[in-house]
Amino acid sequence: MVSNGSDTLAPAGRAPLSSTAANGLKIVVVGGFGVGKTTLVGSVSEIRPLNTEETMTRAGEGVDDLTGVRGKRSTTVAFDFGRITLGAENVLYLFGAPGQERFWFLWDRLFSGALGAVVLVDTRRLEESWYAIDRLEHHGTPFVVARNNFGPPEHTLAEVRAALDLGDHVPLVECDARDRESSKQVLIELVRHLHRMAEAEASGEDTP
Amino acid sequence: MTRPLPGRDEDPDRLYTVTRGRSRPPEHAFDLVTLIVTEQEPVPGMQSEHARILTLCATPTAVVELAAELGLPVSVVKILLGDLLEAGRITARHPRFAPSKARLPDLDTLKQVLHGLQRL
Repeated sequence: MVSNGSDTLAPAGRAPLSSTAANGLKIVVVGGFGVGKTTLVGSVSEIRPLNTEETMTRAGEGVDDLTGVRGKRSTTVAFDFGRITLGAENVLYLFGAPGQERFWFLWDRLFSGALGAVVLVDTRRLEESWYAIDRLEHHGTPFVVARNNFGPPEHTLAEVRAALDLGDHVPLVECDARDRESSKQVLIELVRHLHRMAEAEASGEDTP
Repeated sequence: MTRPLPGRDEDPDRLYTVTRGRSRPPEHAFDLVTLIVTEQEPVPGMQSEHARILTLCATPTAVVELAAELGLPVSVVKILLGDLLEAGRITARHPRFAPSKARLPDLDTLKQVLHGLQRL
């Protein structure tokens, strides 16, 4: 925590929202360690990505005993987030979430109501994404998959789609998480996907 | 890279003290992105975390931002917010999209989000 004399009045680097901000929205970026989640969040966020954590017991019933933090019964997961103001009322929060197993205990508690998710993948470690994709499908959270290019890609997107066993309805795009415009396009791809799904639902079609 | 994780090395006794032993957020639980707005200025003698929240929420501030700023786990912040809400010192602007009602947000909201992103 930054500590200076004026910390309690105006914490350094804080960028207040407009007084009209009224509707918080969530998009979750899921991916394995080192795949670039924080980089993607940071490249589009209007604030420096912040980090926080949540604690809960394995039983899944909330933090029923904070003193149990000492023991092994509670699970603590850390996640980072950024923010994008989208107009007078809407504020979009982007959460970077590790895809590992223990994190999914907290999914409902933290990310129910998320518009959708971006699964960020690294072609060299595709297997790290299988579990996350499976869990998102299980939770019914719409998602797109973005391959973060760390260099010249070794596989075509068609190969990635096959390796991930992705249905044709799931958008798969390339990105450079360090690049603001590229990260922005990934988010736009997700929202377009949601829009198509919502339109199909409104017209009574079954979405896959 | 980022600053040390808040709460990670937190003394459990401190968290226990902050919440006066309570461990469950109130029923009308706050979402991570519920925006909190201060309605009454902090008063002398108030628990320091409560006062800090009231200072931070002079402008709308999301629950998750409060947790990061205070260096406390989200669930602890929700307990503190429950106190302040009950005392009428804050108001909460809850997210409009409730997943229990629909799987997808309405088309209007999605259009607003899309246009907002395209304008960035």
